[in-house]
Amino acid sequence: MALDFAPSDDQDAIAEVFGAFFANECPVEVVRGAEPLGYAPELWAKLRGMDVPSMAAAEAAGGGGATLSDRVVVAEAIGAAAAPVPLIEHWVASSLHPDAAVLAGDLIATVALHPARADTWRLVPGGAIADVVVGVDGDELVAVRSAPPMVAPQNHAAAPLSDRSTREGDRVVLGPATLLEPALDQWRTLTASALVGLADRAMTIGVDYVLEREQFGRLVGSFQSIQHGLADLPPLIDGARFLSHKAAWAHDEGLIDGAGVIDMDDGNITEFAPLAAMALVQASEAATVSTDRCLHYHGGYGFSLEYDIQLYFRRARGWAGILGDPARERLRIADLLWVQP
Amino acid sequence: MEFRLPDEHEALRIEIRAMIDEYVDDEVIEESHRTGTNHCAPLARALGDAGILAKAMPGAGKDPLAMWLLSSEAEKAGAPFDSVGMSLVIAGVLDAVGTDHQKQTTQAGLLSGEELVCFGLTEPQGGSDLPAITTKATRDEETGEWVISGAKMWTTMAHVSDWVFLLARTEGGGSRHGGFTVFILPMDSPGITIDPIWTVSTERSNATFYDDVRAGDDAVVGVVNEGWAVMSLMLGFERGMASTGYLTPLLRRFHRWAVESGEIGDPLHRERMAQVAIDAQVSELLTQRTVWTAATGRAPGTEGSMAKVFASEAYQRHARWAQAAAGPEGLLGLGADGAAAGGWIDYDVRHSIPMTLQGGTTEINRNNIAERHLGLPRSR
Repeated sequence: MALDFAPSDDQDAIAEVFGAFFANECPVEVVRGAEPLGYAPELWAKLRGMDVPSMAAAEAAGGGGATLSDRVVVAEAIGAAAAPVPLIEHWVASSLHPDAAVLAGDLIATVALHPARADTWRLVPGGAIADVVVGVDGDELVAVRSAPPMVAPQNHAAAPLSDRSTREGDRVVLGPATLLEPALDQWRTLTASALVGLADRAMTIGVDYVLEREQFGRLVGSFQSIQHGLADLPPLIDGARFLSHKAAWAHDEGLIDGAGVIDMDDGNITEFAPLAAMALVQASEAATVSTDRCLHYHGGYGFSLEYDIQLYFRRARGWAGILGDPARERLRIADLLWVQP
Repeated sequence: MEFRLPDEHEALRIEIRAMIDEYVDDEVIEESHRTGTNHCAPLARALGDAGILAKAMPGAGKDPLAMWLLSSEAEKAGAPFDSVGMSLVIAGVLDAVGTDHQKQTTQAGLLSGEELVCFGLTEPQGGSDLPAITTKATRDEETGEWVISGAKMWTTMAHVSDWVFLLARTEGGGSRHGGFTVFILPMDSPGITIDPIWTVSTERSNATFYDDVRAGDDAVVGVVNEGWAVMSLMLGFERGMASTGYLTPLLRRFHRWAVESGEIGDPLHRERMAQVAIDAQVSELLTQRTVWTAATGRAPGTEGSMAKVFASEAYQRHARWAQAAAGPEGLLGLGADGAAAGGWIDYDVRHSIPMTLQGGTTEINRNNIAERHLGLPRSR
C-alpha cells in the first residue's frame, strides 16, 4: 500500500475506542474539576485499568506494542478532550526507563525536556504529580524517584508543572545524555497530535457557537468576515495532522538517524527527527490560531471563564510553550535540514 | 496513513524527471521568461510520445497521482509547463463529454503534445462571477451555424494555441446557471483577434476578441444550454492542477543566495528558511491528500480549496520575506548584474501574485471551505 491518507484499521479502531472513552470519562466538568493542578487521578486510574500507560512498551516487556502511528491517534483524542493526564510524558519516560511499576502505571513517570541546572529540572511537565522524573543531568540520562509535590505554580494551562531535584530521591543512571533526544522526538510527535486534537475541538466549539449566536438579526456565522476567519483553520489543522502522522510513519518505518531522506533541492523529507520538530511547530501554530479566532468569535463571552473555549485557548499556549520558543525550534530544524556553515 | 509513492509512480517520477533534465536547461527556462510563453515544445512532445500526457489526464477512473507528479516535477524544476497543464485539463473534459470527432481531433492533438489550447472564460467585466459573462452565441437560421461575439480576458497561451475552450451564453435570462454553452474552436477561425496583456511577472497573457466567429454544432462541447455542467467539470480539473509546489524552488533559490552572499549562518535567515520548509511540507501533504481523494474515486472539492489557499498564501508570504531578507540585491530582476540568486527571488515575488487569483480566488475558496466543509450558511 502506498500514499494513503485514510487511517489504518488499527488507527480507526483506536480513534473510536479513545474517542468514546474520553467523551464518557472526561467531559469538560472533569477538565474544570482538575484545575488548578491539572491532574485527574480517577481518569488516570481508568487508563491504567485499560493498560494504556504500558501500551507503548514492547509486548515482550509486558507492554501493548503500540506503534507511534497508533499512539498519535490516542494523543489526538487526549488533546480534543483536554484530558488532564500526563500520558504522553509517561509514554516517553517509560520508553527510557521501562521499570515494571512505571510500565504498569502504578508509578507515574515524566520527562524533563531540558537538562538540569544546579541539580534542578525547571518546570517539568507532569512534574507536580509524577513519581519518577527522567532527564539529563550533566552527561548522563538519569531517572530520579521522589515524592511529587502535588501542587503546581499557577500557570497558563493549569498544567501540573513543577521543579524537580536531580539529587533528592532514588537516582538511577540510564545511560549517556544523548539517549534523550530521540525520545524527545517522540514527545514532539505526540504533543503535536495532542495540539491537533485541541485545535480541531476548538474549531468545532467556535463553529457551533457562531451557528447559534445572533447579532444584527443574523447568525454570527453568516457573516463572511467570520466565515473566512474560520475557513483558514482546516488547512492549518489538517496540515499539522498529516505532518504528525508522517513523522510517526517515518519513525515506525525506521527512517531514523540518517536512514530517511533529507533532500532540500527536491523538497523531499522522510527523516523522523526534522518531521517531528516540524509537526510540533505546525501544530503549535494551528492550535494558537484556532483558539485565537474561536475565542474572539465568542465576543465578550470568550473572555469569561464560563465558556469552554478559554480552556482550549490556555492549553494551546501552555502545551506548545513548555518546550520553549518556537523560533528556537525552527533554528533547530534549520540545523537538521541544512548543515551549519 | 502511508506517505510513500507506489512503486509504479516512483518509476514514473524518475522518467518524468529524466525528460525534464533532457529538454529543459537554463536557456530554455530563460527563453520562456523572455518571451512570456510558458511552454517548452520539445518537452511537451516527448511527454506526449511517451504516453505520459494521456496517463496524466484528469477524470473519473484516471490516475490523479500521475497528473500531480507531472506538474509537481515541472514546478520543482522550474520547467515551462503552464501550456501542458492547460492541455491536460481540456483533454480530460473532452474525454468525459466530448464527441468522437472532438476526441479524434482536439484531444488527440493535445495529448500528443503537438497542439495547445487556451481558456476563454473570464471577461473584461468579471471572472469570479462567471455566470455574469456576456459573450453570445446565436444561431444563424439560414446556415444553422453558431455566430459567436464577445471578448475574453486572460486567455493565456492564445497566441500559440491551436484551440480555444470558450464559454458563451446561448439563451438569455432563465436560471443563473442555465443557458450557457461551451465551444471548442480552432484559433484560426475567422473573426478571432488577439491582444497581448503584459503582466507584472514575466508571463504574457492575452485578451481575445470574437467578432461573428462562425462554428458548427461539431464545436459544441457537451449539451447546448447545459454548458454549466461542462464548466463545473472543467473548473474542478483546473483546481486539481493548481500549483502548490513553488516553495521548494523558492527555498532552493534563497539558499543559493544565502550561500553566495555568505549569510547562510545568520539565524534570522535560518529560522525563516525552516518555516518555509514546514509550509512546503504542509502544502505538499494537503495537495497529496487532494490527489489521493480523487484517486479513491471521490470528487475533491474542499480538499483542493484548502491546499490552494494555504500554498498560494504561503508562497506570497515567503517570497516577499525572501526579497526583503536578500536586501537591495533582492530587488534586482532576472538578468540584472548582481541580482540575488540571479534575479529569481524578485521573480518569485512577481510570479506569486496571481496564485491567489487564478483557478479560483482565495475568497472563492474560503467561501467553499466555509460552506461545504464547516457547514456555515451561504453568505452571498
